[in-house]
Amino acid sequence: MEKFDKLTGVAAPLDMINVDTDKIIPKQHLKSVERGNLAEALFDELRYLDDGTENPDFILNKDSHRSSEILIAGENFGCGSSREHAPWAIRDFGIRCVIAPSFADIFFSNSFKNGMLLITLPREVLEPLMEKASRGANATFTVNLERQVIVDPDGEETAFEVDGFRRKCLLNGTDEIGLSLENIEDINTYETRRSSSLPWLE
Amino acid sequence: MGKSIYDKIFESHIVGMVDDETYQLYVDRHLIHEVTSPQAFQNIAASGRSVRKPESILAVADHNVPTDPNRLSSGISDPVSQRQVDALVENTRTWGIPYFPLDDPRQGIVHIVGPEQGMTHPGMLVVCGDSHTSTHGAFGALAFGIGTSEVEHVLATQTLLQKRAKNYHVSINGVLPIGVYGKDVVLSLIARIGTAGGTGHVIEYSGSAIEKMSMESRMTICNMTIEAGARAGLMQPDETTFEYLKGRPLSPGVEYWQAALEHWENFLPDSDAEYSKMADIDVNGLEPFVTWGTSPEDGISVLGKVPDPSHIEDPIRTRAIERSLEYMGLEAGQPVRGLPIDQVFVGSCTNGRIEDLRLAASVVRGRQVNSRTRAWVVPGSGLVKRQAEEEGLAKVFVDAGFEWREPGCSMCLGMNPDRLQTEERCVSTSNRNFEGRQGRGGRTHLASPATAAASAIAGYIEDPRELITGQAD
Ligand code: SF4
Repeated sequence: MEKFDKLTGVAAPLDMINVDTDKIIPKQHLKSVERGNLAEALFDELRYLDDGTENPDFILNKDSHRSSEILIAGENFGCGSSREHAPWAIRDFGIRCVIAPSFADIFFSNSFKNGMLLITLPREVLEPLMEKASRGANATFTVNLERQVIVDPDGEETAFEVDGFRRKCLLNGTDEIGLSLENIEDINTYETRRSSSLPWLE
Repeated sequence: MGKSIYDKIFESHIVGMVDDETYQLYVDRHLIHEVTSPQAFQNIAASGRSVRKPESILAVADHNVPTDPNRLSSGISDPVSQRQVDALVENTRTWGIPYFPLDDPRQGIVHIVGPEQGMTHPGMLVVCGDSHTSTHGAFGALAFGIGTSEVEHVLATQTLLQKRAKNYHVSINGVLPIGVYGKDVVLSLIARIGTAGGTGHVIEYSGSAIEKMSMESRMTICNMTIEAGARAGLMQPDETTFEYLKGRPLSPGVEYWQAALEHWENFLPDSDAEYSKMADIDVNGLEPFVTWGTSPEDGISVLGKVPDPSHIEDPIRTRAIERSLEYMGLEAGQPVRGLPIDQVFVGSCTNGRIEDLRLAASVVRGRQVNSRTRAWVVPGSGLVKRQAEEEGLAKVFVDAGFEWREPGCSMCLGMNPDRLQTEERCVSTSNRNFEGRQGRGGRTHLASPATAAASAIAGYIEDPRELITGQAD
């Protein structure tokens, strides 16, 4: 997994609640058998008009926010399906950090496994950031995972909490499967005990 | 301190710890389908790892397979869908993973096929790269959806890294009135606690209404528990559970049955178990539920009215409601009953089981689908389909003007050709009414199979009690 320690970039405000995974990436784009190439499909139905042209009102279509690397959104972001295509699409677009008052559980965990940082902040703390992100090209933020702070365009700092294990994995770019396989002896022991006590599962 | 079912299953699956709060848990059974697995297999191959326990897996293609009656001869028209199904066939063959192909009567939606085969037992840890894995919690198993990276993790290690979730207790008591079913119960629960109400929690259900329910209804409730934001839903195993499991291909055989029953006793909740959240639902006065908007929490009584955003104080919520009303083509304060319907869809892993088809058939028997409405029944699996044919239900549907189709996810998410056109309105027994879920611009109203069937006959959203007892209101 790619490391994440510090990110400086433009933040896009998406002030909507319950942004579901169908909105992030509709199912017609789930048919690949490989990863990657989902950038164009991100937020498909918000981003494009019925005739396929860009919706000029959508934030990521504005010149100021086309190259956003951070997204600030409303409550319950990523609810719905377990499709990992949702974080893949966000990442493929170039966004590696999403900040919201709350996230759906599976989306949250999927994102971290793709080298993305998701930050949960109470709405009253997030609101001024959302406001500052609306400023356009001057909306440059720095997210510092080492220090666990967000530095906004005015130089003000907002502290955030992130789960210790996930933080460590991001900072080190840990391969979680490799980590699990280090415990191969424990897995073997568990399996041996299981097959003798629950023989009908074999 | 007493333990919940969740605590007991969690603890019995700990292989080790990788951090103060992160556990490595053993996975008993793993279901896979064509959409969320190809990238996992690809990485397994690329990293030189292998699939640790192929016999713990069951694979089936369901999301993008066609459901039209000629599908075996006509095949999959979309080459990209075909490629995903081919990849699944290929991957399962490479690793020796059991797979039910399209021409196998056991093929169907993964969450219908698994229980049918006796895959899920009380006390197990079951995963699948699909959020509705929560369905399997009806058996007293800890079952949850995972992403593709985790699918790969389970394939390679048979374990997962997990932190503990919190416990949420929901007690459901009373006697379900005529015309009101498990689907209505869960829609009313989500309307009450919201789509984020269960975030970070596992919901454990109990109460007299659950005890009286069939496994099918219990699965409907656990299935949609994910729509309440919870990681999983869990129900205490009892005689109903054991009866359902007995004699299924992957259930414990006769020689082990007694030992299995004793083992399952270990996964009953302690009477002093602690829960960080609680809710009580009394079903005695419950009415059939239907959603009006584009979130599963937008459920109201079928006799209710869509909300008026001008009466809501929270500006964000007001905006969300306004957007939903516009998308759904509705006016604030309008009654939902009577809205003209273009399509009725009976199917999905929420309501595509035999009990659901019996219920829908009992409403349509001897009646005709309204001429303005297309109505479909898509059985959840080939076995459900066959049983419904043997019971004469298929004939009831066909005589009434329904289309009787082949098993798959179908119009639940419209990844195959089964889709709504823009602005078409559908009463659907599935689980999600998100914008574009059933087709770009399509308008979904979630409801029970009885409400869906009654609406097909009426041609508009109808109270099923009208057709069951002849008296609503
Ligand atoms: S029926 Fe619908 S919810 Fe169930 S697995 Fe298929 S697509 Fe997902």
